[in-house]
Amino acid sequence: MRNLLIFITKYSAFFLFLIFEVISLVIFINYNGFQKASFINTSNEVVGNLYNRVNDFYDYLSLKQINDNLAQENAKLRSQLRASYYIDSVSKHSVNDTVYKQQYSYIDARVINNSTNKRLNYLTLNKGAKEGIAKGMGVICATGVVGVVVKTSDHFATVRSLLHKDSRISAMLASSREGGTFTWNDDLNPFMGILSEVSNNAQPHLGDWVVTSQYSLFPMGIHLGRVSNLHAKAGGFFLNMEVRMAVDFSKLEYVYVVDNKLAQEQIGLEAQQKQEKDE
Amino acid sequence: MNRIIIANFVRFVVLIFIQVFLLKNVTVYGLSTPYLYILFVMLLPFETPNILLFLLSFLIGISVDAFYDTPGLHAAATVLLAFVRVLFISVTVQKESFDTEPQPTMGSMGFRWFLTYATLLTLFHHFLLFNLEVFRFSEIQYTLSRFLLSSLFTIFLLLVSGLLFFRKKRI
Repeated sequence: MRNLLIFITKYSAFFLFLIFEVISLVIFINYNGFQKASFINTSNEVVGNLYNRVNDFYDYLSLKQINDNLAQENAKLRSQLRASYYIDSVSKHSVNDTVYKQQYSYIDARVINNSTNKRLNYLTLNKGAKEGIAKGMGVICATGVVGVVVKTSDHFATVRSLLHKDSRISAMLASSREGGTFTWNDDLNPFMGILSEVSNNAQPHLGDWVVTSQYSLFPMGIHLGRVSNLHAKAGGFFLNMEVRMAVDFSKLEYVYVVDNKLAQEQIGLEAQQKQEKDE
Repeated sequence: MNRIIIANFVRFVVLIFIQVFLLKNVTVYGLSTPYLYILFVMLLPFETPNILLFLLSFLIGISVDAFYDTPGLHAAATVLLAFVRVLFISVTVQKESFDTEPQPTMGSMGFRWFLTYATLLTLFHHFLLFNLEVFRFSEIQYTLSRFLLSSLFTIFLLLVSGLLFFRKKRI
């Protein structure tokens, strides 16, 4: 103890310097908007870039698997091509189509950071606000729903994955269109989710697809998983069922961010309505 | 003793006034701005206790900040300046070799010592000041040229003030 005191008094200038310098810098960073923002931003960029580098390396290791996945997806898309359908109607004249207006567009992105073993799991994507990604957009991949964008910087975006205690997605049973809410299950199993608040009239079967409903921010009918257990827990007036997730979150590589072009309009209208009701 | 305290107090106030009402408006080609207020820290007597030295540096820094609307910026730079001052003096000054009580002025320590002292301290102060203010690497060229030209200007003013007020008293 005494030696410590002697040490401190001997180098008092240095310790005083540290104390006052830290005070000044704390004041400086807290009260100067630009430095505050850029300090945090810079650290984010650095962290993001590091993840990017490491991920570039990992990509080599999983190239084969990605190839398989892409080939599968290609096959799936090819089967949806117009050319692979037999068109039985004969078009007589061309009409400038103003009936259909594109509502959803997709931005492809790569997952550069991912976790599945926490209570609150987030993903980081390698695209951000510059590519048109904004807070609140949905994220899907070839096999199903991944999550919702919660934060964006210029070049990166963080996504709250389905494996998050606060993730709630409006879902329905594909066969009967009975709506419910999809959440992660309680025991933090990354393969299992729960479809709750389904009305008692529904008659679900094992293996039924659970998909996004028309009330969610995703396009209707994106896969969430298959029903694996009909009686997860007694839910009073509602049915709760266990769902095996369609997406394997530990192997996510490429995802698509869903840009709902009419979302702003819808949110604005609903907010207006709510305001009027409040008054 | 009282005389030293009063002299330093007056210097504190006068230097802040000069800095914020005169030198704040002086800029050569938008590159060179002098920060003369650091003269206050340079001229504090040798026997100032460290805690007081750092406290006064912090105070004058934060006072200038108050006028420049940059809380903490000048304070950080001036505290660094005080630290460099402590190091520099511990390396270059042996108190035993003086017959009278020495002061860190040009008159007492000689032109060469004062020039090195002022140059080194100013460079450290301005380097931190300009880099903290800009706070990004992409403008490093502009920042460095501002840093060098402003340092030149400040050192020039420091030497002029030294020649004006602290010349060797001849009997």
